[in-house]
Amino acid sequence: MLLPALVLLVAFTHYPAVATIIDSFMSTPKPNRPSVFVGLDNYASMVEDPIFWQALRNNLWFALATIPLSIGLALSMALWVNGRMAGRGFLRMAYFTPTVLPMIAVANIWLFFYTPTYGLLEQIGGLFGLPSQNWLGDKATALASITVVAVWKEAGFFMIFYLAALQGISPSLREAAAIEGAGRWFFFRRVLWPLLMPTTIFVSVNAVINAFRMVDHVVVMTRGGPDNATSLLLYHLYEVGFKYWDQGYAAAITVVLLGALATVALAQFFVLDKKAHY
Amino acid sequence: MSASAFQQRSPVVDTLAAWLLAILWVLPLVYAVWTAFHPSEFSAKFSLSAPLTLENFERAWTAAPFARYFLNTTVLVAMILSAQLVLCTLAAYAFVRYEFRGKSFLFALVLVQLMIMPDILLVENYKTMSQLGLIDTLIGIGLPYFASAFAIFLLRQTFKGIPKELVEAATMEGASSLQILWRVYVPLAKPVYVAFSLVSVSYHWNNFLWPLVVTNSVNSRPLTVGLQVFASTDQGIDWSIITAATLLTAAPLLAAFVLFQRQFVQSFMRAGIK
Repeated sequence: MLLPALVLLVAFTHYPAVATIIDSFMSTPKPNRPSVFVGLDNYASMVEDPIFWQALRNNLWFALATIPLSIGLALSMALWVNGRMAGRGFLRMAYFTPTVLPMIAVANIWLFFYTPTYGLLEQIGGLFGLPSQNWLGDKATALASITVVAVWKEAGFFMIFYLAALQGISPSLREAAAIEGAGRWFFFRRVLWPLLMPTTIFVSVNAVINAFRMVDHVVVMTRGGPDNATSLLLYHLYEVGFKYWDQGYAAAITVVLLGALATVALAQFFVLDKKAHY
Repeated sequence: MSASAFQQRSPVVDTLAAWLLAILWVLPLVYAVWTAFHPSEFSAKFSLSAPLTLENFERAWTAAPFARYFLNTTVLVAMILSAQLVLCTLAAYAFVRYEFRGKSFLFALVLVQLMIMPDILLVENYKTMSQLGLIDTLIGIGLPYFASAFAIFLLRQTFKGIPKELVEAATMEGASSLQILWRVYVPLAKPVYVAFSLVSVSYHWNNFLWPLVVTNSVNSRPLTVGLQVFASTDQGIDWSIITAATLLTAAPLLAAFVLFQRQFVQSFMRAGIK
């Protein structure tokens, strides 16, 4: 009974993970030159590849921005929607809708938003007399622009987990706090935040994984440009593997990505899980 | 509501902030709908007198084989979901009902997939697919996702919570192992199946990078890849048509979401809580 599922898992998760590591020490096969062992050559070319470093840097900035922003927004959304606010149903739907839409589709919409001269952002800016700005074409703003899209897509998804956790918290805690005369901020910081810790950890792990996995919008909106300003690791991997067909080098980049994810997994097991108990 | 008698009404500032954020959040969609339903000269001009039209949808539909893409995506999503439900139910049942050597090791092996998704291993998986001759086929897109660690994990948790007495009673009546699975476990796990199905369908409807890599013709391209090909092959900048195509792609999910909003939210919630 276990066998079919296990065979597929091994074939498409464990085998490729191991094969990637082996391939990262081999040269890329050519029609008349089979793959040979090249030691650390692929890693050496990675260290010398400025685009790799750029993609890594971009990815770290992307992660550093999306993770806290989307979690912070998700938490505020959940607190608002959980309270007795006017139009709660509409608010919840508005926040959650981006989650169910294809990233490819929404990226096209956002692309139009950002378009110079026609785009909505330009027109709004124009009303206030702001100068024209090519959001996706300018190296200074391109990465920030795609970060905004990622946060917009992700926050509503994380809101759901906070909302579920908030609904599990007994109302008597709030009553007790109110009787003690605790303010809203105090109640949040001393009661809700610690109680929500396991959710925050769960959401953070997901946010980290997503930060290394979300590239659909890069493909649609910038193709890593301008001048690699928005290239992320997985996008660079895609280009190396399927545009330049350099399998050996692509394997080396995959190993770096696997390493990043494994670190997250281990950190979750050994560090964060302990902090969740109070 | 009486339990939250002490819960104050949200202050006005919060309500304003919440609404402002919500409006920002739906703005891109509202904008897309506006552009898609109006002639292209109004795509960035807002006027109440702008005539409504379905022409953009017609032109998008005829400009690219969207009917075929829709068919591909539907078949793909149905295939992945049914394979997942069957394979993962069996696997989860085995983990719950039987004792065997290396069980916890095998389970740990399953959980590895939660961290390392097939998306990241696309170079190696592409090689495997070309060895199997499955490049540019729907099976080639779906196969890496058939065994879902997430589904196995979710179902194992649910199955574990099913009372032993029910299983014993069924055994007494002479039910076989598979009958017990079908008559006792599966019906009791129904909400979890619904939850997983919604999550799986929306994930695979939206999946892009792996299908992009594996497909290279109209015969197997799903909607997401089809939309990207359509939007990037010089439609000039006729945004009205591109947005219409975009909305077409998202429409079935959006409609399902609006209709079954509560189930969606609850499913995603249920799927996220371990």
